[in-house]
Amino acid sequence: MFAGWYKKGALAAAALVAGMGMAEAKTDIIVGMQLEPPHLDPTSAAAGAIDSVLYSNVFEGLTRFMSDGSVVPGLAESWDISGDGTVYTFKLRAGVKFHDGTDFTADDVKFSLDRARAEDSQNAQKALFAGITDVAVIDPLTVQVTLGAPNGAFLFNMAWGDAVIVAPESIDTIKTNPVGTGAFQFANWVQGDRIDLVKNPAYWGTPAKLERATFKFISDPTAAFAAVMAEDVHAFAGFPAPENLPQFDADPRFQVLVGSTEGETILSTNNKMPPFDNLMVRKALAHAIDRQAIIDGAMFGYGTPIGTHFAPHNPDYVDLTAQSAYDPEQAKKLLAEAGFPDGFKTTLKLPPPSYARRGGEIIAAQLRAVGIEAEISNLEWPQWLEQVFRGKDYGLTIVSHTEPADINIYARPEYYFQYDNPAFQTLMADLTNTTDPAARSAMLKTAQTIIADDYVNGYLFQLAALSVANAKIDGLWANAPTQATDLTAVYWKD
Amino acid sequence: MSLRNLIIGGTLSGVFLLAALLSFLWVPQDVTQLDIANKIRPPSAGHWLGTDHYGRDILSMIMVGARTSIAVALVAVGIGMGLGVPLGLAAAARHGGWLDEAIMRGNDLVFAFPSLLIAIMITAIFGASAVNAIIAIGIFNIPVFARLTRSGALSLWRRDFILAAQVAGKGAVRISVEHILPNVTNLLIVQGTIQFSLGILAEAGLSYVGLGAQPPTPSWGRMLADSQTMVSFAPHMALFPGMAILLTVLGLNLLGDGLRDMLDPRLRRLR
Repeated sequence: MFAGWYKKGALAAAALVAGMGMAEAKTDIIVGMQLEPPHLDPTSAAAGAIDSVLYSNVFEGLTRFMSDGSVVPGLAESWDISGDGTVYTFKLRAGVKFHDGTDFTADDVKFSLDRARAEDSQNAQKALFAGITDVAVIDPLTVQVTLGAPNGAFLFNMAWGDAVIVAPESIDTIKTNPVGTGAFQFANWVQGDRIDLVKNPAYWGTPAKLERATFKFISDPTAAFAAVMAEDVHAFAGFPAPENLPQFDADPRFQVLVGSTEGETILSTNNKMPPFDNLMVRKALAHAIDRQAIIDGAMFGYGTPIGTHFAPHNPDYVDLTAQSAYDPEQAKKLLAEAGFPDGFKTTLKLPPPSYARRGGEIIAAQLRAVGIEAEISNLEWPQWLEQVFRGKDYGLTIVSHTEPADINIYARPEYYFQYDNPAFQTLMADLTNTTDPAARSAMLKTAQTIIADDYVNGYLFQLAALSVANAKIDGLWANAPTQATDLTAVYWKD
Repeated sequence: MSLRNLIIGGTLSGVFLLAALLSFLWVPQDVTQLDIANKIRPPSAGHWLGTDHYGRDILSMIMVGARTSIAVALVAVGIGMGLGVPLGLAAAARHGGWLDEAIMRGNDLVFAFPSLLIAIMITAIFGASAVNAIIAIGIFNIPVFARLTRSGALSLWRRDFILAAQVAGKGAVRISVEHILPNVTNLLIVQGTIQFSLGILAEAGLSYVGLGAQPPTPSWGRMLADSQTMVSFAPHMALFPGMAILLTVLGLNLLGDGLRDMLDPRLRRLR
């Protein structure tokens, strides 16, 4: 009885609010999203969903990514780099306050970086901080970071969601009550349903145009479609079903945003498991795959073919797709030369996203055409992480590597695809020590060529960033240079 | 009335059985061949029921899918009968004894669990495959047949001809096999038909959530799951496999009803 009355009251109140809002542009937004964060500390978990909600909205780092992937000053106003490239002196912005009212100072930077690089750190990207040997507070607004060796990517590393600045005062409750310096502050988390953010009135930079932002978690693609169609959500970041986008595109109520991501979607191959330890077999695999059919069939045309592990929108990208062009005859010939004239059997273990499940069915059919029998097993994420990523018990799998500029994973022989090439490892070590942009660019191009020549994995396509939004919303990111849904510049057009 | 049920039910079930058998010899289009360029086409002369999101012919998919559904349900019912009937006979023969108690309480235990939940657990532990789906569905058929056999057999054990057989020196096992079993066969056939239709539903349910036959083996449940996000612009992708499940289950239920009316002596006497 009480619940019923309460609901009626709430409805009336909602109607009242909606009525009042009619006069001017809306100042609240509900953004749909597929995955809910496990907790709210971006500096202690690999889950991209945490950054999708909090990056730039609530937490900021010394530097930050822009929509086009460029790195610009964040909480650090400017910086000086010593001649040998090992000492970074950051000048911090003055007058910045955390959401709990405490001041942002050099001590917070030292605390955050020391916490991230500590022996017992829970940070998912410890490698970002591995080069730091010392963090010194010069004065409240100046902090000096010393590296063991020059690192050309250091400012880029500091822009990651894993490198945001947190405060020692609020660190104990960060997982449920995140306190940052961003244009929005955390208000409420209804687990299994939504997270509410409200505008930070004391923001140091351009204030947010929205008063209130809600992230609503809808994991089922059909429910996501219904929610957007019914306008229960105003936008959906990372829409899970590309097949529905033409419908939104044709509907004047909506706009479809198609951008690029850092997600190289690859047919990961267990390089240590026979017969994939044979270069000729891996080459045959590459020629057996028809990328365009996979993009059309699994992603309904959204995605850019890639021939190596590098994002096509990156200026250093080399287009190597021709080297592994679709050629089933060539693939059969290579298999015969490698000693498998009748093909062989292997496993294809697929995580839940539709690019993997659908792409896997298509790839299995393409491999069957050249004689390779790939037995599909569909796994949930925990099983996939256990069996494939940690256990390395697989022949083939499909996954999208969404970390930015992550070609250095090929320098880790213990990484799940187990590629061990000392020449490549040396190249990556040299790259880290190089700061000259031209030399770095040349090295990155060489790196792309090496892994393409070794046919380490089947390179499929660059995952597209697909979002749907109300046609009246402006300021959303189309691209996803990192996992983020930056709402700081979003507003409703009249 | 019963004859009409029998004819409609038999025809519907027969069509799908024939389609499944025919698919071994011939299908309109090979279901392992994808044709991405021709994906999501509505029904046409070339593809009577249209194509799915990989350009496969839906009619062919339904024919081969019928094979999966029928095979899974048939073997599952076989497991249920093969284990459930002897258990039921044994329980009835030792009515009131410890064996009866043990068997029937064991059955209660299995019955107490929601069947789909246990099926999901089995496939989650041992991996998703058609074989595990068969085992999961089969286990849940055991108590159904055990109970039915026991209750049927119990009423027979009190009959005079059984007493005669006992007097003639026949043991419990021989009586169960020679006298009890033939007299509960009618019950078993009717129940078997019903369980068969439930097995097809369970298989569709399991493969809908991804725990049945794995791709590329076509299955009706997965066809439904795959079409879910496309219903709004390609309703034929969900409609036809959905109709296949509906008609098969309806057909088997009508057939079961018709068979009961025809075979059950009590009902026959009432009319």
